[in-house]
Amino acid sequence: MTDRYDAVVIGAGHNGLVCAALLAKAGKKVIVLEAAADVGGAARTRSIAEGYSVSACAHLLYQLQPGVVRELGLNVNLAAKKMGTVALALDSAHVRLNGGKVDGVSEADAANLRAFHRRMTRFADLLHTYLNQPPPRLGGGTSRDWLTLARLGLDLRRLGKTEMREFLRLIGMNIYDEVDERFESPLLRGAISLDAVLGTHLGPRSPNTILTYLYRLCGNHGTLDLPAGGMGSITEALANCARNNGAIIRTGIPVKRIIVDNGRAAGVETESGETFDSWTVVSNADPKATILTLTGSRHVETGFTRRIHNIRMRGNAAKLHLALDGLPAFNGLEKKDFGDRLLIAPDANYVERAFNPAKYGEYSPQPVLEITFPSFRDATLAPTGKHVMSAIVQYAPYDLRDGWSDAAHEAFLDTTLATIEQYAPDLRQRIIASELLTPKDIEREFRITGGHWHHGELTLDQFLFVRPVGGFAQYAMPLDGLFLCGAGAHPGGGVSGAAGRNAARAILAREKAA
Amino acid sequence: MENPVTIDVVEQKRLRSPFHARQVELDQLNAWHDWKGYTSPDALYDADLEYFAIRNSTGVFDLTPMTKYRITGKDVLDYVDRLVTRDMRKIKPGRVAYAVWCNDQGQVIDDGTIFHLREGEYRLCSQERHLAWLTAAAIGLDVDIREETADIASLAVQGPTSYSVLKNLQLDGIEELKPFGLAHFDFQGSELMVSRTGFTGDLGYELWIETAKAEALWDAVFEAGKLHGIRAIGTEALDLARIEAGFLTAGVDFLPAEGTVRPGRSRSPCELGLEWLVDFKKPNFNGRRALAEEKRRGSTWRLVKLDIEGNKPAHHSYVYKTVNRRRKQVGFITSACWSPVCKKNIAIGTVNVPHGETGDELLVEIYYQREMHWSRVMARATVVDKPFWDPTRRRATPPAPF
Repeated sequence: MTDRYDAVVIGAGHNGLVCAALLAKAGKKVIVLEAAADVGGAARTRSIAEGYSVSACAHLLYQLQPGVVRELGLNVNLAAKKMGTVALALDSAHVRLNGGKVDGVSEADAANLRAFHRRMTRFADLLHTYLNQPPPRLGGGTSRDWLTLARLGLDLRRLGKTEMREFLRLIGMNIYDEVDERFESPLLRGAISLDAVLGTHLGPRSPNTILTYLYRLCGNHGTLDLPAGGMGSITEALANCARNNGAIIRTGIPVKRIIVDNGRAAGVETESGETFDSWTVVSNADPKATILTLTGSRHVETGFTRRIHNIRMRGNAAKLHLALDGLPAFNGLEKKDFGDRLLIAPDANYVERAFNPAKYGEYSPQPVLEITFPSFRDATLAPTGKHVMSAIVQYAPYDLRDGWSDAAHEAFLDTTLATIEQYAPDLRQRIIASELLTPKDIEREFRITGGHWHHGELTLDQFLFVRPVGGFAQYAMPLDGLFLCGAGAHPGGGVSGAAGRNAARAILAREKAA
Repeated sequence: MENPVTIDVVEQKRLRSPFHARQVELDQLNAWHDWKGYTSPDALYDADLEYFAIRNSTGVFDLTPMTKYRITGKDVLDYVDRLVTRDMRKIKPGRVAYAVWCNDQGQVIDDGTIFHLREGEYRLCSQERHLAWLTAAAIGLDVDIREETADIASLAVQGPTSYSVLKNLQLDGIEELKPFGLAHFDFQGSELMVSRTGFTGDLGYELWIETAKAEALWDAVFEAGKLHGIRAIGTEALDLARIEAGFLTAGVDFLPAEGTVRPGRSRSPCELGLEWLVDFKKPNFNGRRALAEEKRRGSTWRLVKLDIEGNKPAHHSYVYKTVNRRRKQVGFITSACWSPVCKKNIAIGTVNVPHGETGDELLVEIYYQREMHWSRVMARATVVDKPFWDPTRRRATPPAPF
């Protein structure tokens, strides 16, 4: 006799935990099943060497929704708030920026950045409203859907004629043209380009990289925070919150399949053969894994299967972790700069060139990097006087043409270190331990198909109404009782909790309607 | 400078069925059309006489251009059962199912026949080509789909004497073959599959064989039918017969959903009078959710069979209904003919629900031309529920010999 739950959540990623906590808070009997030994999914802290810890995948907090924090009474401990950004220059003439403020560029550029940032945050605010609710359904929607849609139109119109036109002009455009037109400083162009393409299979000249840039801003205007204790502390807090609300969380239990009984989800079966019965199954796994692997295409329809199958989600970002016996000496960098985010993207063309080989299944010979030294602000992460470095490295295509062999892995690590050494010549001498996670490793370790941290490329054809696929953007999948609550659902990736919260609301609303 | 690039003449020639040479020998009209890339005869000597061969003796129609797929593999039953709306678990080896398949919106992509050739081996036969859809339906399932249109020659042998023709062909056990049954026979060392199926609504069979044996089969069938009034027929005769039988033609009586652009131009099975093919007891099949919703909300369209007064075929006519003494346009005709065997003016059409229930009196606006001048009649029409032509010999097993 197995217990029956009101909801089974597959995966204890941050969205799964938010969803579970909210369902539990609403009085539901919830169990969360996590395959890994710890909760957190891609928002996890882990040890890379004795005494050295680092955020294993996501490393900066820029989208956590205040609504999530408020509703769950979450206590978020930050080691750093509103971190700045240093765009590294080979000649040490670095550019330092934070939001709309910038040092190290011409007066004209500074003024342009202020205007640019003002406009972008205003556009991002427009999207922000829609982060925290299910996107309206087009065609056959309810009156509520139409209302949301009408409001989207109205909000657009309220920008004013000029700004509305500007929004519509920019939304499908690429970031390259915009920064090229607006700024003269190559470093500034490079830094903004990098923010637009982080975590995507897109270069600055790819269409809709303005959208990805806005998506980055729409959480909290792009302010960067560093969680104390690494990203795992956020999910630990979420897990505790879920437990306090009565949810059960079990780790080390990989789910094998979603049980389908007479055309509806009826629970899950684990790899070990244990079953958990529930008429509500919520998947924090990506849409492909959820539908094609866990559910099985035979239980859903062909058109839907085809669209899920065709979701573009091949990761292109690698993650580099270093344990260091001290801070490396970056040319022209002051000590306080280590508390900021360092970028290696000296101009927009550099970023585009880094992307070029990725189109043909090769990694960048000169990758772009987003580097942080979390231990600089958070002493718990490394022994006294020692440090950890956490960096996102692009581009490292999931489908490397000749495969991610150990040699390829080694070679890309070497390429990456050599790239950083151009700015910090003594880096290698400082390394105690290193770890490079390619998208293949990310896929395996965090169980994300394609190793794409957004659970699906964030492009206009996979955004809002059509995320994960058209007609099913409202969390309920076309199998009664099955819901999606992860980054593959609206609005997308990043540690925001928005998808998890929207999903919980959709589940509760459906129950109320039934 | 000479241009080094030469462009080859693009082959525009229509494909020829393996029966083409035999048809040409009999052909007196030289009236051919394109059928899915194949040369196919409108008629070979006289469409009316060919039609009467179907109803009075035996007509032989080359249906090789019908699209054919062979579907096999471990998950094949799950595959076909999810693909179509009816319960394929009930279709045992040696049986054939008429079926429709829908997209996720519950709109008909096509209709066709599925032959359960042997345990775990199926042939799907349809008017349109569907490889893209069939391939998509295979995602996540272990099945193999192979198009075999050009590899299998097929002949429809239809009419009251068709059983005797096949009997003469020494097909032992053919008398046991029930409607929608199939059996395998040896024909000159090759496997000949015979199914008791057809598009005429009459007693009839379809013969399937490898293309290398096509002409030999044709010769044997015509030899066997020599004394049974056997005649080769073209598409016009077949079309008359199928309207009498109330059968639908894709692209005429409905449009394959994947080919429509405008909303509301495709049809659900219920809107085509094919609700009997939809089995809601199956937990999942393509279109199930949408069709369940349609069942709840009601359909928009209804397919009707009309018995129309007069003798002028109602080609492409508007259909009206008198509502509160006013004529309201409620639909249109998609197929129409004067039925020689029923002596009736018949048609298949589409009307808006709630109109078109059995017995409903409608009006059909028929335009016709007499010496260049156009005339118009508003003809009374009655909705009938049975096929116009449905003789008991169609079902008799064993069929009556001649």
